[in-house]
Amino acid sequence: MCINMIRTSYSDAILSGFDYLLKNYPEVFVLGQGLWSPWYVGNTMKNLDKKYGKDRIIDTPVSESACTGAAVGASICGMKPIIVHPRMDFMLYAMDSIVNQAAKWSYMFGGQLNAPVTIRSIINRGGSQGAQHSQALHSWFAHIPGIRVVMPSTAQDARDLLISSVLCPDPVIYIDDRWLYEQTANLGPIKETPLNAITPKCLKEGDQITIIGSGYSTLLALKASNKLNCDGIDAEVFDLRVLNPLNSKNLLDSVLKTKRLLVIDSGWKSCGMASEVITSIVEQIPTDTLIDQPRRITLPDCPAPSCEVHEKDYYPNEEKIIKFINDEYYF
Amino acid sequence: MSMSVIRAAEIKIAEAKKNGLIKGPVHLGVGQEAIAVGVSKNLRNSDRIFGAHRSHSHILGVDNDLHKLFAEVLGRNTGFSYGMGGSMHLASKSKGFLGSVPIVTGTVPLALGAGLASKLQKSGDIAISYLGDGATEEGVFHESLNFARVSNIPILFVVENNLFSSHMHMSLRQPLNTINRFAKAHKIETRLIDGNDVVEIYRTTSEFIRKMRSKPEPYLIEAITYRWFGHVDWREDIDVGVARSKKDLLNWKKRDPIKRLSDAMINKKIWTKEKQDTLDLKVDELIDENWEKALKDDFPDRKSLLDNVYKYD
Ligand SMILES: Cc1ncc(C[n+]2csc(CCOP(=O)(O)OP(=O)(O)O)c2C)c(N)n1
Ligand SMILES: [Mg+2]
Repeated sequence: MCINMIRTSYSDAILSGFDYLLKNYPEVFVLGQGLWSPWYVGNTMKNLDKKYGKDRIIDTPVSESACTGAAVGASICGMKPIIVHPRMDFMLYAMDSIVNQAAKWSYMFGGQLNAPVTIRSIINRGGSQGAQHSQALHSWFAHIPGIRVVMPSTAQDARDLLISSVLCPDPVIYIDDRWLYEQTANLGPIKETPLNAITPKCLKEGDQITIIGSGYSTLLALKASNKLNCDGIDAEVFDLRVLNPLNSKNLLDSVLKTKRLLVIDSGWKSCGMASEVITSIVEQIPTDTLIDQPRRITLPDCPAPSCEVHEKDYYPNEEKIIKFINDEYYF
Repeated sequence: MSMSVIRAAEIKIAEAKKNGLIKGPVHLGVGQEAIAVGVSKNLRNSDRIFGAHRSHSHILGVDNDLHKLFAEVLGRNTGFSYGMGGSMHLASKSKGFLGSVPIVTGTVPLALGAGLASKLQKSGDIAISYLGDGATEEGVFHESLNFARVSNIPILFVVENNLFSSHMHMSLRQPLNTINRFAKAHKIETRLIDGNDVVEIYRTTSEFIRKMRSKPEPYLIEAITYRWFGHVDWREDIDVGVARSKKDLLNWKKRDPIKRLSDAMINKKIWTKEKQDTLDLKVDELIDENWEKALKDDFPDRKSLLDNVYKYD
């Protein structure tokens, strides 16, 4: 192992991404609710206000709409703002600024202006928090031309893709998941990578089934695939990383090799990310490629339940995935 | 740019809309020209201006390129937005006009952010948010006032209160006919002024802006005015409002901001009727010349449909 590699958690990796950006780019500033308190954003913003000042780390009133719009407006004027929404559910008040304004600011005016804002949105669910404190709405945003949607699943990407997102000239929704905060990785020195060069990444090679995830579902896929190896099933695992615009090239190559496809998504089934990924692959491969039907594991089509009994049934987990693969595919 | 040129440009657009030369909707501000002209005289190119659906005067106030406005409403690639926007999506980056769009109140928080940026950049530049009385009914307007105040953002909210939001008169929408109470509720200094008096608008804006440049803070101007055309397109007699009568319109026409200025100057003997007539002729020539030029321009290339969705790629 290289000596300047440090074992870092996903949440600390986010913090180090912020630190890097604030240190190196004076035009970067952050606004959102709870930035002066670990209550909202865990340790991902810890002490940044003390280090960089409350002018650049702005804890705001409970005004998602105005604050997101303000971040968009500041981005049009040469700044690189990051607006933080401690929960994706709260961000719904800000849909106009995201969908009508930021996503279209370049197109509507023939490219003379752009809104390089980063919208950091946290998926925070489980623990009986219920229907309005649990949503993962990445598919919605991935539907909109003009916004890039980023979902890191590893500590390395949590840091590096935050940096790529903030430096990107387009509006980006960067979605991190609290359930990933304890994941660790050995992080090397930072190397800036343009966001449009980021493609789905193979996290485990295999030749019998391609499993594709994003964010937390990638972690589930990876864990399940390690256990599947003991059953003699050799799965290849891909992490989408960037959901929109979706680059399906290496996913396609993988499916042509494994001839089996499973997509796991932390959102709902209907009109979801899983449908999009499956379609964009299937429409490009010969009809006789697949040995089994392409399948998806998603949330059931109901709001997140509060009751712990229902909650256990609601979210996919490692065991369910292994069972699903054993039941639904012939090897 | 002067009120007369803006007036003549919009009347030209009204005719062209009527004749079917312009495809998209046009929201005309004839009767309201004094506001943009009075405000714009106090601005510099590095300020950050945002408009809405009725923004021809707002952009012409800082960028006098008539040809670009005409080309844009005609959808030509030489327009303010390279033909991608039409009347409702205008921008002129080099003059600080950073965009007008037709989602009511959509640009208000953006202007707020533009002001916040200028505060962080310590540039002394200010943000201008043009909005209508109807726009004050959206929640984000109130959030923006609050945030502007608590963060001391250099933004001037310019509310053009023309008493209507499409067909609905103020009295059918709000308990009072004025909106400056919202500024007071947020401890934002405000003034209610005659929106058809260009001198008063200029003076008030200049006083506020001078203060804003030295000490970042929000201000709000409420300018009472009236639009002569219906909410959208060229006719006076449709879509004009549940409570809008012909008599009201005639009365407001008597308060024409252009005639008032001209008459006042003639009274003070700094202007003459002859000079006014010569000016009017010159304005007509200017309009025709730019219109003809715009008509000859090309539409955007069909191959450009997917351009500029993203900056990368
Ligand atoms: C969010 C939104 N709601 C409704 C509309 C429809 N609409 C277009 S213009 C308008 C009236 C706005 O009135 P005001 O802000 O007073 O501006 P004015 O037209 O008087 O200049 C409305 C309701 C819209 N464009 N956007
Ligand atoms: Mg109005």
